[in-house]
Amino acid sequence: MTSARDITLAVNPPRAAFLDFPLGYTAGKPHAPDLQRRILVEALSSFESMTAPGSMKDLPFRWSEDEEWKAKAFAGGDDRKPRHDAPQYQDEEDRRLAEEGGPRSCPVCRS
Amino acid sequence: MGPVDYIPRIRDNYARLGYKAYNWVVNPDTAPWTPLRKPLSQCRLGLAASGGIYAAGQMAFHHKDDTSLREIPTDIGTKELRATHFAYDLSGARTDPNVVFPIDTLRRLVQEGFLGGLASRFHTFMGGIYSSRRVVEDLAPRLTARFLEDGVDAVLLVPV
Repeated sequence: MTSARDITLAVNPPRAAFLDFPLGYTAGKPHAPDLQRRILVEALSSFESMTAPGSMKDLPFRWSEDEEWKAKAFAGGDDRKPRHDAPQYQDEEDRRLAEEGGPRSCPVCRS
Repeated sequence: MGPVDYIPRIRDNYARLGYKAYNWVVNPDTAPWTPLRKPLSQCRLGLAASGGIYAAGQMAFHHKDDTSLREIPTDIGTKELRATHFAYDLSGARTDPNVVFPIDTLRRLVQEGFLGGLASRFHTFMGGIYSSRRVVEDLAPRLTARFLEDGVDAVLLVPV
């Protein structure tokens, strides 16, 4: 799947399904399970319908009527956060859980 | 309006900001190809997602070319999922992880019989890795080995 059509064309994977949504929503809109389901069915159906490497399917979904979001994407400034080299937890409770150990913090899971 | 052209936009944006140009990966040769050997309804699907998804209790990713992988059991409770990344708007993923890690969606498709089944684990990483060499030589072979261990028939890649 992809929401960056030109980047994916350059990478040239065997199969691609392009969803014309903002970055961060490659598999759909939050709390919209029926839309998410339709997106995945369209994308996964490509496994059965595509016959040649380099195929790309353009999925038939729009993020919004006005598409204003497209004008704003990478239009100016740098929205990226600083690149810290220590683990960046979503919340402090996660950090506590991970540092205390337990079944999910075993080294194998993070190899 | 057509799709956003990210490569020229980012190139121009970074040039304005005085950053060095980024070497985009271009693969001109024909991609490898294996036809699907069975109907999807009989296939076991694997998944790799690059949105920085981890499970509560796991060590979170760092943001400086972290090439580590996490295993997410495919029977995990959705509310155990977390997302961390420096280069995309996390608000959607933190509200509903399915937008970058479609676990509930895929479980539903198995229940409906659209898919045969899911691997017992999915694999995630933090995709903001600026060294494509490290991805090709380090991360991708490890991912491939895992998919072979998992015995999947097809793999879905969900980037951000």
